[in-house]
Amino acid sequence: MELLQDMFTDYTLRTVAMGAALLGITAGSLGGFALLRRQSLLGDAISHAALPGIALAFLLTGSKAPLVLVTGAALAGWLGATLISSLTRMTRIKYDSALGIMLSVFFGFGLVLLTYIQKRPDANQAGLESYLFGQAAALVQQDVFVILGIGLLVMLLTLVFWKEFKLVSFDPDFAATIGMPVRWVDHLLTGLFVVAIVIGLQTVGVVLMSAMIIAPAAAARQWTDKLGSMIGIAALFGAVSGVGGAVISSRNANLPTGPTIVLFVSLIVFASLMLAPNRGLVFRRIREWKAGKNLRVDAVLVDLYTLASQHTSQEYPHSERVLNVMSSMSGTARRTLNLLSTLELARQIDQNQWALTPTGVERAERVIKERFGTEGTL
Amino acid sequence: MSPSFEIQLIAIVVAVTCALPGVFLVLQRMAMMSDAISHAILPGIVIAFFITQDLSSPFMIVGAAAAGVLTVALVEALRKTGLLKEDAAIGIVFPALFSVGVILIAKYAGDVHLDVDAVLLGELAFAPFDRFTVGGLDIGPRALVVMSAILVVNVVFITVFFKELKLTTFDAALAGTLGFAPVLMHYVLMGLVSVTAVGAFDAVGSILVVALMVAPPAAAFMLTRRLKPMILLSCAIGGQSAIGGYWMARWLDASIAGSMATVSGLLFLTAVLLAPERGLISMARRQRGQRVEFGSKMLVIHLYHHEGLPEAEKECRLDHLEDHLRWEHAFASRAVRSCKSQGWIRREGELLVLTSAGRDHAREALVEL
Repeated sequence: MELLQDMFTDYTLRTVAMGAALLGITAGSLGGFALLRRQSLLGDAISHAALPGIALAFLLTGSKAPLVLVTGAALAGWLGATLISSLTRMTRIKYDSALGIMLSVFFGFGLVLLTYIQKRPDANQAGLESYLFGQAAALVQQDVFVILGIGLLVMLLTLVFWKEFKLVSFDPDFAATIGMPVRWVDHLLTGLFVVAIVIGLQTVGVVLMSAMIIAPAAAARQWTDKLGSMIGIAALFGAVSGVGGAVISSRNANLPTGPTIVLFVSLIVFASLMLAPNRGLVFRRIREWKAGKNLRVDAVLVDLYTLASQHTSQEYPHSERVLNVMSSMSGTARRTLNLLSTLELARQIDQNQWALTPTGVERAERVIKERFGTEGTL
Repeated sequence: MSPSFEIQLIAIVVAVTCALPGVFLVLQRMAMMSDAISHAILPGIVIAFFITQDLSSPFMIVGAAAAGVLTVALVEALRKTGLLKEDAAIGIVFPALFSVGVILIAKYAGDVHLDVDAVLLGELAFAPFDRFTVGGLDIGPRALVVMSAILVVNVVFITVFFKELKLTTFDAALAGTLGFAPVLMHYVLMGLVSVTAVGAFDAVGSILVVALMVAPPAAAFMLTRRLKPMILLSCAIGGQSAIGGYWMARWLDASIAGSMATVSGLLFLTAVLLAPERGLISMARRQRGQRVEFGSKMLVIHLYHHEGLPEAEKECRLDHLEDHLRWEHAFASRAVRSCKSQGWIRREGELLVLTSAGRDHAREALVEL
């Protein structure tokens, strides 16, 4: 309750939480396309490549206005992304090498510029470094409006070009075949990507921005097989982790906001990998266990049936030891036999003797027909 | 030794040490693992620091190497679930580990000499002031001693396991069939990357580690197709980046690490443009040459078809090529010039006439087609 109250009264917390949530929504929804296009690490490269743009914008204009710096960052980030795709297209350099080179060389050049600016006597450069590591706590209301504006723009464009983005993400070759300008769609998506990353730099910093893009989408992917719902869920996860990270870090002294947000979203990824229905690991394990149980039941049932068909009556009892040898899972027949008797498919005659029940015979015949395509011979 | 000389020496040793495992990362298409590992070692460094309270303790390297191997294992585990692709797994694991490191520092390290800037950016200029002494005897800058030791480890590993590394890199499946344990090789290589990254981070910072591990090998990859020359070239290009970067930093009075990354990028760009066989410029020239060669063939075949027929008067004129074959004027005259210089055609007024050599060539070309 107190927390809710703080959300409305505490200016800093409200601003940071709003900003982080909007950022999470924007980055998360774009991340869906990046994940499908196997460009998860492109965000990392772009956010590093933006640094020299910030420094150059400051050097050329002498202004520290966020709009100026962000424009510089966006231009540099876009140049980096374009170079990565042209390098992979035109030379034998592979995608991962291109990413690594652009990321580190642009960042290194940005570092050169930053240190060069620092050493100049006239410069008042303090604050440029905040783009490196992000300073969510320094967000002001105006920044939130900028993030909101850009977020809305990204969403609008995503809706307008939904069909194009979807097709280019899943099957670029087909998109090209039906005459879609794939290169332009690619440029547009990359452009949106760059814009979203650049506005996030100030909040969570260079290293962590890539997680803001990819993690919500990776978590959302586990819950659905539809692109629309995946992007919706990713936006939701992004927003939740933005607010969650902001609140947790405001409750604890010396807990930086950016890394807290990233850890929060990483936890969401982990939970999704485990718990998501269908794809989740827990459900998969349960499914495998059930399937395994059914297989064992059927196997022992068929064994019993085979034994019975070599004797005069289906009531004829057979020793557990014989079943142990017959079943391919040697030594495990007892547990399965107990299961068979609770399912009333078989019954225990005495200590070690077992026989099929009429329902057991029925099921065994069905299994034999389904699995082996032959009729039972009892 | 003067500080300036020592800094350059450290820079060269760092560059060469990084280039060695970098070659295999680039060839195995795992260049981004260097980025992931160099960030993810942060919590390892922090925890080792909490235990030893000493930034120069060898346990720092152990902690970082453990964190590096943990990164690789986590990425592998995520990938094996089949729920995430490898790039997404990398993109999730290393920011998470890095965040843990940043939070540990912010929460508990207080004002100790260990901050995120130092890990990410590094500062080579101060390296000569941190001396390594044994029993009061000054051996050299600590960074130089540590990196030289790691260099020796890398060189020994690559020399001893050259055959295994080569096979694992180019055909992991075959390596597995022959019993060379490619998975073990993978982990050892990643361990080396981690150790190299942690040795280099306080001299040059983790981002530069990526530049030095990827850019020189990628530049060498443009220049050669053989593994051994590629390794040597990578080391040479790395060393050049080190020296060039140092002097660039001196000139601009800027970060040495950043300058080294910038120079390595420029060298890479040079290799991409100028590489003798696969460089962009020589590829463009080759393409142009092939177009002219094809054009000449077309021309002689065209002339051959119409030779001696009534329409030859009209078909075999230079300006007709532009209409009929839809060639641009410049290209048409280049093809004509090429044919003439090879002695396939000659001009008689406005008419282009095949020579006997040209006729032979046209017949050959037709058979080829």
